[in-house]
Amino acid sequence: MGEWVVFGIGSLLTLLGGLGVVSSRHPVHAALFLVQTLFGVAVLFVAQEAHFLAAVQVIVYAGAVVVIFLFVIMLIGVDKTEDIAFEPLRGQRPVAAIVALLGVVELIALISLQKGFGGVSPKVYEGTNVEQVSTAVFTDYLFAFEITSVLLVIAVIGAVVLARRPSLSSTSRTTLTGV
Amino acid sequence: MIDLVWLIPALPLLGFSLLLLTGKRIGEPVAGYIATAMTGGSFLLALGVFFDLLSRDGEERQVTVKLFDWLKVGQLDVKVAALVDPLAITMVLFVTGIGTLIHLYAIGYMHGDARFSRFFTYLNLFIFSMLCLVLADNFVLMFLGWEGVGACSYLLISFWFEKESAASAGKKAFVTNRVGDFGLMVGMFIMFNGAGSLTYLGVFKVADAGGFTRNAATAAALMLFLGACGKSAQLPLYVWLPDAMEGPTPVSALIHAATMVTAGVYLMMRCFPLLLVADPIVFTIIAWVGGLTALFAATIAVAQDDIKKILAYSTISQLGYMFLAIGMHANAAAAFHMITHAFFKALMFLGAGSVIHGMHDEQDVKRMGNLRKWMPITFFTYLAGWLAIAGVPPLSGFWSKDEILLSAYEGGGLGVTGAKVLWVVGLLTALLTAYYMSRQVFLVFFGKERFLHSVGSGFAPMHAEADTAADEHHANGPVTPHESPWQMTVPLIVLAGLAVVGGAMNLPFTKSLERLAVWLEPSVGTHEFVSSGSTKFVLAIIATACGLVGIFVARMFWLQRPLDANLALEPALLKRAYGVDALYSNIFEKSGYALANLVATVFDGKLIEGVVNGTGSLVKLVGGNARKAQTGFVRNYALVIAAGAVALLTYALVRTL
Amino acid sequence: MLFATTAPNPKAYLIVAAVLFCIGAGGLLMRRNVIVMFMCVELMLNAANLTFVTLARIMGDIRGQAVVFFTMVVAAAEVVVGLGIIVSIFRSRRAVSAEDASLLKG
Repeated sequence: MGEWVVFGIGSLLTLLGGLGVVSSRHPVHAALFLVQTLFGVAVLFVAQEAHFLAAVQVIVYAGAVVVIFLFVIMLIGVDKTEDIAFEPLRGQRPVAAIVALLGVVELIALISLQKGFGGVSPKVYEGTNVEQVSTAVFTDYLFAFEITSVLLVIAVIGAVVLARRPSLSSTSRTTLTGV
Repeated sequence: MIDLVWLIPALPLLGFSLLLLTGKRIGEPVAGYIATAMTGGSFLLALGVFFDLLSRDGEERQVTVKLFDWLKVGQLDVKVAALVDPLAITMVLFVTGIGTLIHLYAIGYMHGDARFSRFFTYLNLFIFSMLCLVLADNFVLMFLGWEGVGACSYLLISFWFEKESAASAGKKAFVTNRVGDFGLMVGMFIMFNGAGSLTYLGVFKVADAGGFTRNAATAAALMLFLGACGKSAQLPLYVWLPDAMEGPTPVSALIHAATMVTAGVYLMMRCFPLLLVADPIVFTIIAWVGGLTALFAATIAVAQDDIKKILAYSTISQLGYMFLAIGMHANAAAAFHMITHAFFKALMFLGAGSVIHGMHDEQDVKRMGNLRKWMPITFFTYLAGWLAIAGVPPLSGFWSKDEILLSAYEGGGLGVTGAKVLWVVGLLTALLTAYYMSRQVFLVFFGKERFLHSVGSGFAPMHAEADTAADEHHANGPVTPHESPWQMTVPLIVLAGLAVVGGAMNLPFTKSLERLAVWLEPSVGTHEFVSSGSTKFVLAIIATACGLVGIFVARMFWLQRPLDANLALEPALLKRAYGVDALYSNIFEKSGYALANLVATVFDGKLIEGVVNGTGSLVKLVGGNARKAQTGFVRNYALVIAAGAVALLTYALVRTL
Repeated sequence: MLFATTAPNPKAYLIVAAVLFCIGAGGLLMRRNVIVMFMCVELMLNAANLTFVTLARIMGDIRGQAVVFFTMVVAAAEVVVGLGIIVSIFRSRRAVSAEDASLLKG
């Protein structure tokens, strides 16, 4: 019973937040709705006893990613509202709607019809959820862990290079903007 | 000795290769002597083989000497092998013998020509091809030689190809021959279909055993005869031979008098066993075609002015006689006439060449006269040829022509329809032959001198400035004729001797004197003449009388009367040979051109171009429309990716359902 | 089926994730503002994460959650770089609309 309640609240938060992101005219509103969605997903994680991930979700996603979104929105002044009604590409919107709807229906059907989940023999780790996750990450997937840390470094460097203002001296005209 | 028979064609082939590679460097006259030596060597070898064959008995005189396997495909098994039998060796003997004499003659005739060694290269190649033709033991190798002589004929006729008429004549010869070759090939196909083999012995064995249906044998025989008509210039494929006189005179003598044109006769004689199992109408057809051609050509020769054209039509006429004999089953008679004709016709062609050479390239008989004073050797030898062809006994021509007329007279007994009519046709032809040959002799060698200035035009051979003796006579005044050098007169003398005594080969009096017929029997079968001795005698008298009448009439008109009075004897119709060439040109050239035009404009222009261009247009159309998918907008592409993903989902869904 | 037991059928979570994914896909295709399109991508990533966690629970294998851990890291890095690109593009033009880059037009 308890899980049903949690599931219900989490799902509602998530789905309504998703709809909000998609249909907001103002990007800042969309960002806020995104926060709602991320929070809902964190709730669903908790309901499934993935405590560690719920925490990481809130900290990283809702806490860092959305913040960077808002920073960028503010930074480049994309506060003009987009004209939702106008679609310059012919046929894009109806076809996209059909595609999305079809996708939903088929996925639900596939999931419902699925008989059983199997094929992988589970490896059991000891301890609480946090201990289990950390054991898995730091023993079986250590290499991937290291690689992702390298990836983060690369991302940081990339962001710094990309966002650098072009130098004001006339001699170097390297265009990083490129377009 | 018989094992070395492959050397006989090998020597001219060697000569050809040698002259092809080094001829220009060797130059005149050594190139000519090399070629002559090669042919002469072949002749000596042929003599050796002949004597070897002679030393054997009748039945053993048919030897197959194999060289190597050539084509082995499925049922077809063709070897390069020689069938050495009396007929083959006879042909080889006179081809190489007369060939050697003509090679020698050509050294003198082609003196000063810019392409002297090239000429001998072609001549040796021709001898090689002809030897392949007659020595082959199967139709395929024979066909190789057949085509080879056709090609050499083309090369040699258009030897002076700078002259438009010579080049056209070469083409005409080749194309007309092709029509005949088509017949020969179809005949070969039919024979292969029925016999499963293409060797003579294989096919004839099947024929004798009744392996061919009558229709197949008839069809094959007629097709082979078509081939023979093409090569031996019978109606209606004779039109190339008069034009072939554009080639140098040694070519005319060798190819168009003595050897190549006899290939058709040889073929028919070879295939006698096949003709026997065909419908008898084949023989009738052969006889009538031969007889009519003989008469037809003789009528044209009556009105010709060019010394070589007269001889050309005469050749066609005499070949007609040979086919007449074959039609009457008298193969030995045909072979006899073939040999004697080779002697006297080659002699006369070479004599004509000597006259042309001595008259500085004048070829019109109306502009000659009294040459017996200027060129005595040529005159005396020419006399021998003239009397021989006119059928005056006891020269060789009399015996051979008489044999043929006798076979025509008796032909009715063998089932040939209208044989007696053909006999009359033969007599008429003999009369005309004697007439026009006498006309030629009287105009050329007797009477008043009617020389003009030297001819430097049209049909002159490409003489370099080497004719020193004649140079003084060029500038002014009429031509002064001169006798020819020894290279040219010696062959004339030899051939004249043969023309006179050649009759001794096959005298009809007793069996033992019919040496040629007896000798050839294993190859071509026998033909017993049923007439009594007195009938033969009477027929001979009649034939000789016709000849003498012809000579007498010619003498009356051409020796004793001024030339202008005789215009009625040379009607324009005969002068232009009944307009046959123009007729062929109209029929074939116009329709051929129209057809070619049709194909070029409609088929090629519209259909094929349409398909090709249409393919291009189609591609452009499809591409142009397909391009519209590339909108350039990333969102469209993203949409398509999503749609694709959904499609995969649909597939997965359908699978699980 | 879904309300049969006291605990929700795990498939319910999967369905929620699927719906969220499709909402994100639809938004990605229909919006023109690139920032919002990016947010829709985040929605889709989260839906995938949710699926992984659910399956980890169904099969009793914690390694599903380890995957989610890495996915989050990569998603974060991706957001950083993507927004960096957007910022640098915006430097040269004032509008940030997706159909401006149509140089791929055929």
